[in-house]
Amino acid sequence: MSALDFEGLNVWFGEGRDRVNAVQGASFKVASGESFGLVGESGSGKSTILRALTGLAPHWSGKIRVMDRELDRGKGRDRAFYKSVQMVFQDPYASLHPRQSVDQVLSEVLYLHGFRDIEARIERLLDDVGLGSAFRFRYPHQLSGGQRQRVAIARALAPEPSILLLDEPTSALDVSVQAEILNLLCDLRAEHGLTFLMVSHDLVVVAHMCEHIVVMQQGRIVEEMSVSDMRAMRVTHPYSQSLLEASLGYRRAQL
Amino acid sequence: MTDLLDVKDLWVRFPTRKGRFDAVRGVSFRLGRERLGIVGESGSGKSMTGRAILRLIRSPGQVEASHIRLDGENLLDKTEAEMRQVRGQRISMVMQDPKFSLNPVMSIGEQLTEAYRLHARGGRAEARRRAVEMLEAVAIRDPERVMRAYPHEMSGGMGQRIMIAMMLIPDPELLIADEPTSALDVSVRGQVLQIMDRLVQDRGMGLIFISHDLNLVAQFCDRVMIMYAGRVVETCEAHKLHEAQHPYTRGLLNSLPRFDAPQNRLEVLRRDPAWAAAPVKGPVA
Repeated sequence: MSALDFEGLNVWFGEGRDRVNAVQGASFKVASGESFGLVGESGSGKSTILRALTGLAPHWSGKIRVMDRELDRGKGRDRAFYKSVQMVFQDPYASLHPRQSVDQVLSEVLYLHGFRDIEARIERLLDDVGLGSAFRFRYPHQLSGGQRQRVAIARALAPEPSILLLDEPTSALDVSVQAEILNLLCDLRAEHGLTFLMVSHDLVVVAHMCEHIVVMQQGRIVEEMSVSDMRAMRVTHPYSQSLLEASLGYRRAQL
Repeated sequence: MTDLLDVKDLWVRFPTRKGRFDAVRGVSFRLGRERLGIVGESGSGKSMTGRAILRLIRSPGQVEASHIRLDGENLLDKTEAEMRQVRGQRISMVMQDPKFSLNPVMSIGEQLTEAYRLHARGGRAEARRRAVEMLEAVAIRDPERVMRAYPHEMSGGMGQRIMIAMMLIPDPELLIADEPTSALDVSVRGQVLQIMDRLVQDRGMGLIFISHDLNLVAQFCDRVMIMYAGRVVETCEAHKLHEAQHPYTRGLLNSLPRFDAPQNRLEVLRRDPAWAAAPVKGPVA
C-alpha cells in the first residue's frame, strides 16, 4: 500500500492572464514507512505539492490519495486527514505562536483531536522530542532555534500521524543543530513507523534522510531516483546532473 | 604581501540589563588581497566582526580595538563624515538578503547611478554607462530592462547580483560579504561566487566572506577563521579546513551529513566551556 499517491497533479495560482502553473502533471507514489525526498530550486513547485496535499493551495486538479483514500477536491480536509498527515515547517521562528507556551500549543492540538489524557500526552511528547517536562511552560522566545523546531515536531506528532511532511525542516538552523534534528527525525521514524515526505534544496540532507528522491524543475518532475543512484551520480536528466554538481560545491573556474 | 586590512584586539560590546554582553572578544587578523572566510554558528560574532570594521554597530553597542587599519590608516580615528567616505568607496558590504537591502521604491537604475554619483561625483551619463557595465559584469541579461525595473520584479538571485553590482561600482579595495549566497539556489550561488572570485583575481580586491557553510568556505576561500562565542578559535588555510585541529571545528565538520558515504547517525557537537576561553590556535593570521 502506498501512503501517498499523486497522479497527474496540477496546481495553479491566479486566474486568466495571471495564472501561474506551479505544478504540472506530477505523479509519484510514496510507500508506507518510506522516506521520500523532493528536491529542486526555489519556484520548482516542490513545496506547492505539500501545500496542495494539506489544502493550503486550493486550486489543483488530478488525483491525490492518502492511504488509498482519494481526497475530495471541492472540500477542505477532514479531521481524519489531519490525524494521519501532519507538517513541520521551515522556520521555527515563524511557525510557533509567540504568545503561547509550549503547553498551550500542544494541549490545543491534543484537545482538538479529541484526546482526553492531555497531561500525560504532553509529558510523553516532550520526552519523545528530547526536551523533557522542564520546557513545558516556556514561551518560544525562551527557546533556541533547535528547541523550537523540537516543539514544532512535537506539535506535529501530537495527533499520532502516520505521515509527516517536512518542508525544509533544518534550513534555518546551524549545522550542529541540524545534526541533532535530523537524528531526532530518524529516531522518531523508526519508533513510530512514520512515512516522511521531505522537501529540501539541500541534496546532501536529502541523501542522508531519504530512500527515494524526485527532482523537480519549473513545476515538472524531471527524474525519480533511488538514493544509491543519486550518491553514485547515476542520473540521466541533464538538469539533475547540473543540480547535483552545483550542490556538491564550488569549483573555481579555470582561468 | 602588504596588508590591506589589519585588525587588532577587536571587541564589540552591548550593555544589557544583565550586564555587559561581549559579542566579539579580542579578534585580531590581517587581510591581504585574498579571500578570507569567517565561519561559525549563529551568535558566534562573525557578522558583528564584519559590521564593526565599517563601524556600523549602532549605539548602545560599542566597538573597541587597538586599531582597525585600512592601508595603514586607523579607521577608529576617523570622524563619522570621514567614515562615510570609506564606506562604499573603499570598503563595501553585501548583506544576506537583497529583499531588505534594496530600496523598494527606487528603480534599480536610480539606485545604481546614485551609488556612482555619491562616490565618484561623475556626470549622469557616465553614471548610467557604469551602471549598465556593472550589471553586465555580474551576468545580468538585458541590463537596460533591469535598469528600469523595481526590486520586487527581480528574483532573489538577480537581487543579490544587483547588490553586488551596486557595491562594486565605486571600485572598493575590500568587499565584506555577509552570507551573500545563503538565500540563493545552488545554481545561482555558483554564478554569484564566480563573479566575486573574478573580481578578487582581476581587480586585486580583498574579500571577507562570512558564512556558516563550511564546505563552501573550504572550497571558495584562501584562508578561514573559525569563530566561537566571539573569539577566533582557529585559523587555517581553506583547503586544509578538513584537517582542522580544534575540537569545535572538528565537531562542526563531523556534524555535516556526507554525500559520498551514508551514515546511520550524525555526530552531535558536544560543547566544551573551555572553547569560549581558548586562545587562538594555529599561526596568527
